Amino acid sequence: MFDWGFTLALVTNGVLIGLMYSLIALGFVLVYKATDAINFAQGEFVMLAGFIITGMLLLAGAPFWLSVPVAVLGMVAFGFGLERVVLRPLIGRPIIAVIMATIGLATVLRGAAPLFFGAETQALPLPIPDEPIVLGPFSLPPGQVVGALLSLGFLAAFSWFFLKSRMGVAMRAVADNQQVAMAMGINVERYFAIAWGMAGIVAALGGLAWGALLGVDVHLALVGLKVFPVVILGGLDSVLGAIVGGLIVGIVENLAAGYLDPLVGGGTKDFAPYVLMILMLMIRPYGIFGKRRIERV
Amino acid sequence: MLALNNIEVVYDGVILVLKGVSIEVPDGRITTLLGGNGAGKTTTLKAISGILRAERGEVCKGSIQFDGERIDGLAPHDIVKRGIVQVFEGRRVFEHLTVEENLVAGGHSVVDLRGVRQGIDLVYTYFPVLKERRSQQSGYLSGGEQQMLAIGRGLMSRPKLVMLDEPSLGLAPMLTEEIFRIVRQLVEKERIAVLLVEQNAALALELADHGYVIETGRIVLEGSAASLAQNSDVKEFYLGLNEVGSRKSYRDTKRYRRRKRWLS
Ligand SMILES: Nc1ncnc2c1ncn2[C@@H]1O[C@H](COP(=O)(O)OP(=O)(O)OP(=O)(O)O)[C@@H](O)[C@H]1O
Ligand SMILES: [Mg+2]
Repeated sequence: MFDWGFTLALVTNGVLIGLMYSLIALGFVLVYKATDAINFAQGEFVMLAGFIITGMLLLAGAPFWLSVPVAVLGMVAFGFGLERVVLRPLIGRPIIAVIMATIGLATVLRGAAPLFFGAETQALPLPIPDEPIVLGPFSLPPGQVVGALLSLGFLAAFSWFFLKSRMGVAMRAVADNQQVAMAMGINVERYFAIAWGMAGIVAALGGLAWGALLGVDVHLALVGLKVFPVVILGGLDSVLGAIVGGLIVGIVENLAAGYLDPLVGGGTKDFAPYVLMILMLMIRPYGIFGKRRIERV
Repeated sequence: MLALNNIEVVYDGVILVLKGVSIEVPDGRITTLLGGNGAGKTTTLKAISGILRAERGEVCKGSIQFDGERIDGLAPHDIVKRGIVQVFEGRRVFEHLTVEENLVAGGHSVVDLRGVRQGIDLVYTYFPVLKERRSQQSGYLSGGEQQMLAIGRGLMSRPKLVMLDEPSLGLAPMLTEEIFRIVRQLVEKERIAVLLVEQNAALALELADHGYVIETGRIVLEGSAASLAQNSDVKEFYLGLNEVGSRKSYRDTKRYRRRKRWLS
């Protein structure tokens, strides 16, 4: 017997979680779009941000309202620094060099973070009441609602920036053709740095939302693995794709957990999005909203 | 005024492509640089715009001066700020951006928003068809419209000198004439200088005031457009080639080689 209420609850939860995936995927898409680099360390960025927030809260005893901005600024500085020191010298090298650099960075971050922040899982309590938020027939966990709203707000702000502001247009011009952008007086390297800085902001917000949900330890970096199905489904270079891809992955994951896991004894939740990803690669490798090269007829 | 003083350009530190090129582009005039495939025309423009370094090329000898100041070694965005812009061959628009977004991107170096707005209006008065297509994705424009957009986008930074790289490439003769007519208007009304690179010598010499001929990295001829159009070598090797448009016979090729040696 199909249970509508149960399904609806799964989908709602999927939407909330999905928006939080979208947020992290956005950092990945940004960097890919503007600089052609594939950042395999996005999940580790999120973990690092989580550690900065709990480190401020627990180790330094700072208040919440101070810890979050510090994490945002810290991650922006980290993004800028990374671009300047590691990635800029790799411009013009084969793409595999950048990929390997980010994979190496990911491993270093996962290995080094516990040395500074400790190995046990740290709670990241949001300063909000614990009771579930009741909305008509739904009762929603407050952490996820806050995470989803945060994501939604930032996704909207970012879409505006990208589509309407002059800097956003310049960034898309760089993404379209670096050489021509350069000839138009656009300082391409500066936009590379901006893209990495924004990936830092996104990671800080992701660290807050996901850290509050899962607690902060090295495993927080695993949310980065969900970025790949999200961006392949939505399209590697599409902001809208990151949003839609995140929603799909969130919903599919929850439906798999609700309907498939009880049948087979669990575990489908974690790989169901990857099945979709592989199917998408077979039928539409550039994703739902990804760019194809324009062929005029 | 732009002046190239005996510049040499190498790619990758070893491939010498320009071997002592001197060119002057006076204000408010159209100067053309003619030459065949691989002669070094695009490389000359890239040396001026500073794009060269992004391609592992560099000006290793000589100097480039604009309005009396040395500009070789400056970053491309600094050169745009000083008033020089390069419009690439093959009309490379930002194909995923709309027409108007292309123009906004072209006006990146203009600080105030009003200046950008005025630039867009200026471009639309010279290229009204772009106004009709303003919110269309530029990758789907026709070839002629894309060339107009590429030139218009170049005007957005309010340059004193626009360098056009083979604007006639792949366009129907009527369209090329239309675009050249607009270029002439721009020079007359907006007091812009143009450095026009062309393989289509007949058209270029009709438009230009002064011209240079480049072969394998060296300037081999220079003169007023009228005198170049009368020059028997130019007639034979550039004008003739374009009028007939067919492959030359073996005998012509041999004579061409002989003449070429003589020219350089
Ligand atoms: N990035 C590069 N690295 C190495 N060699 C190059 C590079 N770009 C151009 N060249 C060489 O420099 C020479 C001049 O090239 P350039 O593009 O300036 O010619 P051109 O006169 O513009 O020719 P065309 O009419 O075909 O556009 C050619 O022999 C070309 O192979
Ligand atoms: Mg060329």
